Formats: sequence, structure tokens, C-alpha cells
Amino acid sequence: MEIIWDGLRQAVTLVLIGDPLILGAAGLTVWISTLAVSLATVIGLPVGVWLARATFPGNQLVVLAFRAGMALPTVFVGTICYSLFTRRGVLGPLELLYSPGGIVVGELLLAVPIIVSISQAAVKSLDPRVGETARTLGASPLRRGLTYVSEARLGVLLAVLTAFARCVTELGIAMIVGGNIKDHTRTLATATALETGKGEFARGLAMGTILLAIALVASCLIGWLSRENQR
Amino acid sequence: MIPCHRQRARCLPPKTDCGGGSFAAQGSVILNPFFQRSVRLMSPYSTHLLCRSTWPRVLLLLLSLGWGGCGAPDHDKQPVLRLATTTSTRDSGLLELLLPPFESQRQVRVDVIAVGTGEALKLGEAGDVAVVFVHAREAEDAFVAAGHGIRREDVMDNTFELLGPVSDPAGIRGLDAPAALRKIAAGRFPFVSRGDDSGTNKRELLLWKASAALPDWPEYRESGQGMGTTLTIANEMSAYVLTDRGTWLNYRDKIDLVPLAAQTPELRNRYGIIVVDPKKNPGSAAELAHAFVDYVISPAAQQIIADYRLAGDAVFLPLHLPTAD
Repeated sequence: MEIIWDGLRQAVTLVLIGDPLILGAAGLTVWISTLAVSLATVIGLPVGVWLARATFPGNQLVVLAFRAGMALPTVFVGTICYSLFTRRGVLGPLELLYSPGGIVVGELLLAVPIIVSISQAAVKSLDPRVGETARTLGASPLRRGLTYVSEARLGVLLAVLTAFARCVTELGIAMIVGGNIKDHTRTLATATALETGKGEFARGLAMGTILLAIALVASCLIGWLSRENQR
Repeated sequence: MIPCHRQRARCLPPKTDCGGGSFAAQGSVILNPFFQRSVRLMSPYSTHLLCRSTWPRVLLLLLSLGWGGCGAPDHDKQPVLRLATTTSTRDSGLLELLLPPFESQRQVRVDVIAVGTGEALKLGEAGDVAVVFVHAREAEDAFVAAGHGIRREDVMDNTFELLGPVSDPAGIRGLDAPAALRKIAAGRFPFVSRGDDSGTNKRELLLWKASAALPDWPEYRESGQGMGTTLTIANEMSAYVLTDRGTWLNYRDKIDLVPLAAQTPELRNRYGIIVVDPKKNPGSAAELAHAFVDYVISPAAQQIIADYRLAGDAVFLPLHLPTAD
């Protein structure tokens, strides 16, 4: 218990005095996750909407595959990315290994299945007459897609929030692909692991608390974005 | 007519007369109220994106994040030297004193990747790092012999410690390490091994070989984790454990285990630094790697190593100071 109180106290102190290491790690974490989730949304949302509405043989199989992808182990993704990004790897010349960009790519792989699966489910559960009516009103396929997204807005925002939560707390990819390099690829999660490894349990807890605070701010932002839906 | 998006922005209750014409009005009779909105979205007056108050907020959010991103760390102008080392080396805190003089003198950034010794050598073999700073002499020699490294220098010594509960149920206090392990195995006392191919793990396995005992009883457990975590686990289990001195000094106040085995040459822990074959790592990295090794064995750096204290205790013994040896 003592460790927990100590950790909370340190969390507040570290933020108040603006510890550069922690603020740097927090900024990097938010920046990397936001970039990864934004890209994943751009890629995954159209796929999710399309999968919810398209009828082709094997549709359900693709959906199931994406749902299974939500459980992708981060260490697995990290190792795959490492084997691609290493100098000997196919993507070696891009020099993504031990760079923030490499972490973004890895987290993108983590986030896309989440966005696809949850947005697919959200759009699927819409009243089917939404699409029918839109079509009778002469809406183009793109316009119809936008209508689905806006009708299933809460579900879509939840998809984005879930993906963000997964990326922000993710450890395996940041550790293997990022390398936990000080001031360069050290995220809050790897910093927490580092401090705990050094036996600085309270400091590790403090960083975990800051991570939680970021998640809270993110979910507040999502609430603010979808406020229109709440009466 | 009031433009549709004004109405939306004020969150007025849905009204049918938003340019959608009579069809929308009819539709609202048939369908549920929640559905009206989608119909309204189709109307020629309601430009889809403007009609939502959500989208401006998304835009605002992205813009502000983009602004924040401009302040994100950007080190790409400096040349970079990548150094793979062990978690115990990093966790000791020595590098935070050792690296900055080199970095400012040469105007470079040294990126430290801390992993187990086995993995550090693998990173060197793949050419992902230019310098490897580890402690497993046999593996290092094999690395150089295989042509992955072109230059190896001894840097410093510290020691391993065989820790155990103060009560010392196996009675190993004061014994040399192989004899101690033999007694632990004979009594099948709990023992926690790293089991991760790290330098400490390699040494532990060498010691088992020297003791002629087999670590195969149920209470011999492999944590598969770093030294610090392994110490915590061993402490909770009141087990015996082999650790490097630096990590133990860091943990001394947090655990109840104490060093038990006698300090003999078998527990000496020698750190070596290796320049990775430049053919694997093209560009300026090779020249920088040599410069870094030169620096680490220079008197200035060796003095930093000699002066380094953890909780008041010396951790490393430099090997290139005139007074050493």
C-alpha cells in the first residue's frame, strides 16, 4: 500500500515540476498513438463500413479474421515488425527500426482490426432502412457510407477510443521496434517497465497513473465529440 | 429558410422542413424519429460535413495535435551511434554519466538499446547496432571469431553475487559458487534463474556445469525476465538467485536477500565492448564506433567508471586506469 501512495504522490509531483523525461515520454506516447489511430481510422473505417454492408461469399470469414486480429499480441506484432525493419529485412532501407515511425507502423497493425471490427458491428446494427432510404434518395455510395458512419457515430468513436487505449498502453511493439531509447523512442509504457525493472516501483506507478490520466482525457474528448448524441 | 447546419449547431429538435422536401416529411411518419436525421442529411441544403457539429471538433482536435506534433522531439540532424547493451548495464545508471561527454564532444547522439546479452549480440550480427557493450566473454569471442565484430576491448569488471535468504537453509554462506550450487541442488531449495540467455544467465549455466549438479528440480524456476524483476520474484519466493552486483545494489533496500557465496574468480563479471563489422553497418557509423570504443577505454571515461557509486558503494572496476590491476 505504501508503494501505491508513494506512486500517486510522485505522479502529481512529477507532472507539477514538469519532469522533462516524463513529459517527453507522455508527449511521444500521445503523438505516436494519435498518428497510428488516425491512419488506422482512415484505413479501417471504410473497410468496416464496407464489410457491414457488402454481401459477398466469405464476408463473415473476413469479419471473423479481423475480430481475431483484435487479440493480436503486441510482442508478436513487434517481432514481425522487427524482422521486416532490421537491416537484413525487406523494409530495412526505410530505417524504421528504433524510430518513432516504426512504432507507428506497428501500432497501426494493432489498431486497424479494432477499428474495422467495432465499426463493422456498429454499422451492422443500424436499421437497414437507413441504407435503403438513402439509396432511394439517390445518395452515392460514398454519401451512403458517410451516412452510416454518422448514424453509428457513437460506435465508431468507441472503436477509435478502444484503438487509442490499446496503442497508448502498448508495450511489446514500443520495446522491440522502438528499443526504449531515451529521448527518442521511450514511451510511457516502456518507461514504466524500465523504472519497475530498476526497482523504482513508485516511479513506475507514477508513470502508470499518468498513462491512466491520458486515457481519461481521451475518453473525455470522445465524449465531447459525441456530445450531440446525448440528450 | 434557415440553413440546416445552423439548426444542428443549436441542437434543435429535428424538423422535417430542411430542404428534404415532402419525401422526408413522409418518411418521418413511417420511420422512427432517430432515422429522420439520415434522411435530412440527404437534402441538397445540408452539406453533409458542415451539418455535423462533430466534424469541426474533430478538425480542431487534429489541428491542435498537429500543433503539438511540431514540438515533438526531432533529433534527426545529429549523427547517431547505436549501442546495444544489457539491461543490467543500463539499469546501473552508469551510461547516464558515461555517454554525455562523448555526445557533446563529438556532436552525436548515442541511442542505447538495452536487451539481454544474447539479443544484443544478435542485434550486432544483424547490423542493427554499431557497438555492442556486454558481459559474456565466451559469446563475445565467438561473435568476433565469426567475423561479426572487428575489435573487442575489455572495459571494466564487476562481480556477480549469489543471493539467498538470511536464514540460508542450504547453508552456503562462505562457500565458493559451484560448491554452493551443489548444496542448493542437493537440498532442492528454491532457485530463480533468468532463463533468458542474458550474460548473467550464461554465467549461471557455466557455474552449474562447474558444480556438476543439474538444475532440474521443480523449485528451480526460470523467470524469463530482467534482473530486477527476477530479484523481486526470488525475494518473494525466498529463493536463491545469481545477480550482477549493480542490480543488487539498486535493489538492496527493497529485498531481504543477502549475498552468501564467497567472492571467487568464478564470480568475476567482465564487460567488453565490440565494434560491429562496418560492412554490416555502412556510413559514418564505423568511424564513430571506433571513436566511442577509444573514448570508453580513455582515462577520462575510465575515471568516470571508477568514481561511479550506487548507494555509496563502488560498482565497477575499470581495467585501463594506471592504478588498476
